[in-house]
Amino acid sequence: MSAGRLPLWVVTGALGSGKTTLIARALAGAGPGLAVVVNELGDVALDHELLQRTDEVTVPVGGGCACCARREDLVAALLGLLRERDLRGVVVETSGVADPGPILFTLATHPVLVHQFRLAGVACAVDAVAGRAALAAPAAARQLAAADRVLVTKGDLADPGPLRTAVAARNPAAEVVTADALLREGEPAVVAGAAPAAHGDVPEATSVRLDGPVDWAVFSVWLSMLLHAHGARVLRVKGLLDVGGPGPVSINAVGHVVHPPAHLDAWPGERTSRLVVIARGLDPDALRASLAAFRAGLTAR
Amino acid sequence: MCVLCGEALTAPHWTDAHAAGGATRALDARMRALAPVLAHAGLSARAWGPRVVVLADRRGRQEVLRDLGELWPAAERLLGRPLDPLDPALILALEARAAA
Repeated sequence: MSAGRLPLWVVTGALGSGKTTLIARALAGAGPGLAVVVNELGDVALDHELLQRTDEVTVPVGGGCACCARREDLVAALLGLLRERDLRGVVVETSGVADPGPILFTLATHPVLVHQFRLAGVACAVDAVAGRAALAAPAAARQLAAADRVLVTKGDLADPGPLRTAVAARNPAAEVVTADALLREGEPAVVAGAAPAAHGDVPEATSVRLDGPVDWAVFSVWLSMLLHAHGARVLRVKGLLDVGGPGPVSINAVGHVVHPPAHLDAWPGERTSRLVVIARGLDPDALRASLAAFRAGLTAR
Repeated sequence: MCVLCGEALTAPHWTDAHAAGGATRALDARMRALAPVLAHAGLSARAWGPRVVVLADRRGRQEVLRDLGELWPAAERLLGRPLDPLDPALILALEARAAA
């Protein structure tokens, strides 16, 4: 599925959370051929050969819900970068308040880009000094939910422990890593069942482990139906499914935009299907009961 | 197609990305999985060729669809309400089907 396409990493995080420093550090050890697209020039100068600055231009598509919007600036920047002969990959640094949804929508639906780039990962920088308060803003919640990897920055200035716990409650599908792992490829292990419950007006993460092989037809009916009925409330769906092959099928939806599921060669860790749904106002018990009932009632026997 | 705003997208729907055993077998499996869910709402679907699905209500109204991305909005048009997988009545019906 991903053969021949260039990896693209998205780096999100609030203004001042340390995104640019992280990118500079990661690029230093990554060798030539990686381009960087940034939306804002922060305090930290990024001295890089393939640096493109764009002004965010988000164009609603059709009747348009919030995440069905095309980032025209990103389209132009990425099409321009394809002319670079030795391009190996691209890092997109979002502005501090950007919703990553339109970036991922653009990558998943643009007729040229979808064949040239693959989403290698979404990383979210979270500032240990700003702490849990920084996670409360709606933009921060969307960025954190979209992340595959969370980088707790400024851990030398404040105890990152409470923040790590808060991150795990909001997005148990994300791996908390150091800056060196920013541009790592491959699936992070999805943690299921270990997240403490979130409270109040914050998105709630529902983790599910699924016993035995998963019937793809049943699962795809369930998830497509869920996203149609409740897509506006869903921030993220991430999972690894055992559909009978040697490796899992990786599911990744940001908002209700589902990326083409990828067949992985091998399981990262234990061979158990697991799914995380991050949503506002959806009852975790109802989600679990619904998926269990679909599997029990519809799987071919 | 976008599940919320109905915007037409050119990429294949994500549910078609994994077709174990080929497109025909995958469509058969999908029709089997869909039938009880649709029947619970008073709808039915039949395959028409290897990829196309015809969705119908009890009054004989029909919609011709290419993928699951089109199916749920079409079901909503025919019913006048969305089909909800979290609907307790649907969950009970599927649990009863599993126990039968």
